[in-house]
Amino acid sequence: MAQGWLQIAVFFAVLLALVKPVGIYLAGVLSNQRVFLTPIVGPIERLAYKALRVRPDEQGQDWKAYARSLIVFSLFSWVFLYAILRTQGVQPFNPGGFDSGPWDVSFNTASSFVTNTNWQYYGGETTLTYFAQMAGLAVQNFVSAAVGIAVLAALIRGIAARSAATLGNFWQDLVRILLYVLLPISILGALFLASQGVVQNLADSTVVHTLTGGTQILAQGPVASQEVIKELGTNGGGFFNVNSSYPFENSSGLTNFVEMLLILIIPAALTYTYGRMVGSQRQGWAIFGAMAALFVVAVAVVYFAEQHGTVAQHAAGLHTHAFDGSTGGNMEGKEQRFGIANSSLWTAVTTVTSCGAVNSAFESLTGLGGAVPFANLGFGEVIFGGVGTGLYSMLMYVILAVFIGGLMVGRTPEYLGKKIQAREIKLVTMAVLVTPLAVLLSAGLASATDAGKRSLYAGVNPQGFSETLYAYLSQANNNGSAFAGYTGFIQPNAPGNVGAYGITFADLLGGAVMVGARFLPIVLVLAVAGALAGKRVSPAGLGTMRTDNPTFVVLLVGIVILVGALTFFPALLLGPVVQSLTTRLF
Amino acid sequence: MRKDLLTGLLAMVLATVALGLAYPLAITGISQVAFPGKSDGSLVSVDGQVVGSSLIGQSFSRPVLDKNGDPVLDEEGEEVLAPDKAYFQPRPSATGYSGNVTFFANQGPNSVEARETVRESLAAYVALEKPYDQSLTKDRVPVDAVTQSASGVDPHISEANARIQAHRIAAVRDLPLSQVEELISGHTDGRALGLFGEPGVNVLELNIALDKEAPIR
Repeated sequence: MAQGWLQIAVFFAVLLALVKPVGIYLAGVLSNQRVFLTPIVGPIERLAYKALRVRPDEQGQDWKAYARSLIVFSLFSWVFLYAILRTQGVQPFNPGGFDSGPWDVSFNTASSFVTNTNWQYYGGETTLTYFAQMAGLAVQNFVSAAVGIAVLAALIRGIAARSAATLGNFWQDLVRILLYVLLPISILGALFLASQGVVQNLADSTVVHTLTGGTQILAQGPVASQEVIKELGTNGGGFFNVNSSYPFENSSGLTNFVEMLLILIIPAALTYTYGRMVGSQRQGWAIFGAMAALFVVAVAVVYFAEQHGTVAQHAAGLHTHAFDGSTGGNMEGKEQRFGIANSSLWTAVTTVTSCGAVNSAFESLTGLGGAVPFANLGFGEVIFGGVGTGLYSMLMYVILAVFIGGLMVGRTPEYLGKKIQAREIKLVTMAVLVTPLAVLLSAGLASATDAGKRSLYAGVNPQGFSETLYAYLSQANNNGSAFAGYTGFIQPNAPGNVGAYGITFADLLGGAVMVGARFLPIVLVLAVAGALAGKRVSPAGLGTMRTDNPTFVVLLVGIVILVGALTFFPALLLGPVVQSLTTRLF
Repeated sequence: MRKDLLTGLLAMVLATVALGLAYPLAITGISQVAFPGKSDGSLVSVDGQVVGSSLIGQSFSRPVLDKNGDPVLDEEGEEVLAPDKAYFQPRPSATGYSGNVTFFANQGPNSVEARETVRESLAAYVALEKPYDQSLTKDRVPVDAVTQSASGVDPHISEANARIQAHRIAAVRDLPLSQVEELISGHTDGRALGLFGEPGVNVLELNIALDKEAPIR
């Protein structure tokens, strides 16, 4: 395991080293300052404003106007994507000759990508045209990520502002995040991945004749360009059904390392950006510290658990110890080139963020290993979290912690010199509770109804419950990873959509959950931003509770765990906890 | 509001054209020129015939034939396959090594089905290799040999797995064991940059090399 720990340590060290430079760059972009790409991108940026008919410098938006622009844009996003998914038959770049699939699956998929979830009931290579992948899904990978970062930018401005009425301009944020951050990194990343064997072409599948006289059909496609933004934007929707475990998406230990970095770099660096924009770097590091602590525990638990193999494997007489030339551990649903260490690290990386791309099969994780994704999602995706979304959700917890801490010491709660009052706390509480409520209601509904049980793969047992709970946990938290036996799409004649049909209940419920649990919190967060923006800043005194020291970090971690655990512990008992305690087979 | 509607519509049109078409097509163009083999799937040829991709695992089994030379069928009418003893065998696959219909096996940690699958794979592995490696016991079977990969097309097996299979290959192909072991090390992909990932033996490349070094027929 020593070599595995070394890889994990190196990964963390590289990430840590990137936080400051990337954080500074992002702060420049979000503060509308000149950055080193301005000479190249500036003219394109001005052209974009002209085409969109916005004059960002003159058009600061209050929180309501900001929210309205965001909702309108997301609405168009949804309509565009749904329309693309429904018109596959007439599209170019369709060498496989795919027709549109079932409408309910399209509903789920459109909701999934517009909300940065990338939950996948469909199989990419068996149902979608290259056009739909590129112009539909990948576009949402870019813009839904930008929307998340934009909301964070507005919140930071609200916190940092001194009696201001506006939070910035949504269209300007959208354009700048896309042009200065997501697109340039994607171009470099895509070319790197293509150089490592991640496919990038528009050709039809390749038919090969194998050494033993059989044939194998190799699906192709414009994968590298989509793979990179899928990780960078913490989207997670694979070009192929088995996502980043497929060698054409993730070909080696090196691509795996780079892809994990792409997933975490923006969420991690944004903590630095935050500190810079509110004028106190220590505030950013405090939040980074809380996130990093939870992250390290998550990695350690998965790695430890996966290295021990499963109950079923031991019952079958398999020895899962490591020895010279063999990784040992639970290799079911894992790839040799990643082994136990990199599959475990990826599992933690993709679930602390809201990415949801996988390089191993979650359903085949050990009981304890599988409990970690549950926990990460249960905490509300605040351990780094999705791009933008992670930090704005964490800031809700920060305000909650300030409030609770203030009550404990008997002082008016203040955050960065701003009084936290009834209105903010009401909004924050709602923002924190919307997602758990959506999870428990939908998972309960799906568990209790026959319509819900049709989606089960493992049957009515603890594993089946885990599948269901995880499905709604993942969709509500806009993560998108899955215990993939759970399905909303039946495709008897794969590939192609002939004879395929959706499980309407799962498709519609999931779609509604994703949309609700994405946009309600966004509006609430923007309302908090608006409320804070208008407040005066009072100077910190001796009695002010500090929010940038280890004590506060411990308080923050405690509150995150408390809220998550209290909400989900009873439900977790029925699934992963039972599974990790028992030696019984189901 | 009306202004938002216009701007929103224009923004989506621009995004679709720039990010959905211009960006991926430009990347495709550059990749096709700069990394022609890699961006097309790392295809490998033998005597001018494309036999697979070095990144995608494939089956090294053949249909079992009955007395009349017809393929034996199972209850579902599918051909029964048996591993070709002259080749290194890949990891078990839930998808039949499909390169165009991928899915996970989704076997849970406490499932009876998982126990049965592993039990069968374990028995089959020992039955195939033990005749050539008398010292092989269940506790020496490496985990990768009897668990299904995530992609269904894992191109690699572990070094331990390859070393066990080497005994069979040496016997069937009438090669010295040391020569087979040399071929294995020659087709082992180490950790990337000596650090990232796990070493693995590329089964397709190794089998192609075997055919070159010691043709069967």
